[in-house]
Amino acid sequence: MTQAPYIEEYTIQAGDFTAIGEAATRFKSTLKMLGISSEAVRRAAVVAYEGEMNALIHGGGGTVKMTIHGDHLVIEVTDNGPGIPDISLAMQEGYSTAPDEIRELGFGAGMGLPNIDRNSDSMTIDTEIGKGTTLRAVIRFSPREAAARAV
Amino acid sequence: MKLREIAQSISAEVLYGEEFLDSIEIQCAYGADLMSDVLAFALPGTLLLTGLTNIQIVRTAQMLDLPAVVFVRGKRPQEQAIQLASQIGMPLLLCPMSMFEACGVLFQKGLQACTIPARGV
Repeated sequence: MTQAPYIEEYTIQAGDFTAIGEAATRFKSTLKMLGISSEAVRRAAVVAYEGEMNALIHGGGGTVKMTIHGDHLVIEVTDNGPGIPDISLAMQEGYSTAPDEIRELGFGAGMGLPNIDRNSDSMTIDTEIGKGTTLRAVIRFSPREAAARAV
Repeated sequence: MKLREIAQSISAEVLYGEEFLDSIEIQCAYGADLMSDVLAFALPGTLLLTGLTNIQIVRTAQMLDLPAVVFVRGKRPQEQAIQLASQIGMPLLLCPMSMFEACGVLFQKGLQACTIPARGV
């Protein structure tokens, strides 16, 4: 018997730096409540948090959605921002187009996408210039922290 | 090392979480003003030392299951950060030392560094 997936979705408001992390916090508490391993919970929280931050910095806000299936979860972050012209460049650690005011707060150093990739089992980015970006990260419910750290 | 011993070693004032100091045991620490790097490299259970003061410092620690935050250079976290820490039960320490000195003292006391994975070139 297959259960219907559980879905939780939140809006990321443009310009609201203070609220970033609220969705990730809610995801975290849902996953803990479901008895998911602390390692998978932490990876999901980091992915959602980095995704929220990216949508705020680059996308002018958006949405973050978590879908929980039987043996994995999916986190999707969608924005209506300018899109990513060169994904391979955006995936390089240290490459960033974040403004100075975000960097002064300790973020936007070009570590976000590689870190999302490291913390997920698979990641895809759909982006269209002038339309926006959707990032989709899958996390399976089995320990692989060592592998994630080894990348 | 207990968080209380850490606080005493670096002459830190406890801004929030006095009641947790004897129950939190810490083995490693990470000092950074770049949360992007903390999110990439800090392991769960790591003590975070930073000179930044905004609410996202506490959120970053919360995401990674870091047990406490030390604010160095005499910095005081912003009110929103203190409020969030008190909601989630995360101790906040205020240390008058520089980042280098605070980390040096704790390293001498036996706290370990987080292992940074080899970077691809």
